[in-house]
Amino acid sequence: MTLEAGKCPNGHVSYPTHPRCPECGEPQEETFDFSDQRGEVVTWTKSTATPPGVRQPNTLAIVEFDVDGDVVRALGQVTTEEIETGAEVEPVYVEELRDPDVGLKRENPESQEWGGYRWDPV
Amino acid sequence: MGVAVIGASMTKFGQRDAWIQELLAQAGEECLDDAGVTPTDVEHLYVSNMASGEFEGQTGVMNALAHDLGVLPAYSERVDQTSSSGGAGIYEAWQSIASGASEMTLLVGGEKMTHKTTGEATDIIASITHPAEYKHGVTLPSFAGMTARHYLERFEAPRESLARVAVKNHKNGVDNPNAQFQKEITVEQALDSPIIADPLRLYDFCPITDGSAAMMFTTEERAKEITDEYAVVSGIGGATDTHVVHERDDPTVMGGVVESSKQAYEMAGLGPEDLDVAELHDMFTILEFLQLEGIGVADQGTAWELAMDGTTAKDGNLPINTSGGLKSKGHPLGASGVAQGVEIYEQLVGEAGPRQVDAETALACNVGGFGNCVITTIMEAAE
Ligand SMILES: [Zn+2]
Repeated sequence: MTLEAGKCPNGHVSYPTHPRCPECGEPQEETFDFSDQRGEVVTWTKSTATPPGVRQPNTLAIVEFDVDGDVVRALGQVTTEEIETGAEVEPVYVEELRDPDVGLKRENPESQEWGGYRWDPV
Repeated sequence: MGVAVIGASMTKFGQRDAWIQELLAQAGEECLDDAGVTPTDVEHLYVSNMASGEFEGQTGVMNALAHDLGVLPAYSERVDQTSSSGGAGIYEAWQSIASGASEMTLLVGGEKMTHKTTGEATDIIASITHPAEYKHGVTLPSFAGMTARHYLERFEAPRESLARVAVKNHKNGVDNPNAQFQKEITVEQALDSPIIADPLRLYDFCPITDGSAAMMFTTEERAKEITDEYAVVSGIGGATDTHVVHERDDPTVMGGVVESSKQAYEMAGLGPEDLDVAELHDMFTILEFLQLEGIGVADQGTAWELAMDGTTAKDGNLPINTSGGLKSKGHPLGASGVAQGVEIYEQLVGEAGPRQVDAETALACNVGGFGNCVITTIMEAAE
């Protein structure tokens, strides 16, 4: 139950984490949990044509956080159907963001995580 | 070694009864005929296809096609680069000739999609995303919605400019007998169509499509012996951007478009000002703007003006998507990049019929994912 960004020795930060830093190729050695922070909506959409197992409509937003002095962006579902660019949101944990038992990965739901954070307008 | 294109073909795009193997064979046969090449002369065969396994349960399509066309024992390979598989196939085919590994290379791209529901097809395409994105139910159309909102808000572009892209490409598609839609639409229809990913509506999106397209490549030397009518691949580039879309510094910059077009211009010794016609990957209307900016035709945040003032119309200074684009021609994933190549080839050799424009130099930009992988190809008419 974390929202975790990775940081390399050169100070580049990414969410999600990667084995090697996307900027410079060094291993990411530090992680920062930013699930207790508030962020700002960069852009959003209300998607009405959603795949099997996904809520309809599915409002999504890219949110910008300040993680240890660096800008980190994250995509996530929004708790409300409508939101505004520039709105302040906080992450709230949800056990299953979509139903893993339908859709393309139904035969192997253990291949990835299904829990995560939605953005809740403050 | 100079690389020439000496033949091209495409099947009817749309809802087809044929399955993948038959679709590929149809375009492949037509291309052999168009180029006047005997199957046994083909040394390399590339098949651009994203997901025949996921869509149809049919894998190994390069082998199936090689056998069906009688091009055995040619080297064969399936090329998957998601939506840019077709462009990647052009890259592979170009490489095979330029390196001297092959003297005659057939490229066939195809996809069979319409037997799936829209939700299922959307899910197969969305499976290209990072698990951290996929679990939120993100789709390619929703990336387009988020990017379009950001673009319109940040650059104060009118919503109508996106509708103008759809109207233009539908108009061009009327003259393409192989297009899925040969039907004009109005700005009002586009702006009143149902919302799919706010602020984008139904007419901002390409359809789900079955179809196949093919091109024949050889050396320039050999092309001269075979025909007077050929085109030359004078520049090509390919590049990859982040897998996770929100990790890009600027959501309105497609790094793969910028980088691949830079490579293609450098190889060709040309620049954006030299282009006479281009096919851009208008899977979503907003992508036409991002690519016009990425390939250097327009400055950042200004490409929407070209849709408003008619610059990109068929009778404008730089016609974009004379084929009708993915928007009206349809988007059978693996076929689309090849079909872009077919259109610019036909424009350059003067075989585009009612779609013909005056063109010596043409560009095609094929985008995989949401700009994740991009191939830019520049072709010129033979001297
Ligand atoms: Zn780094």
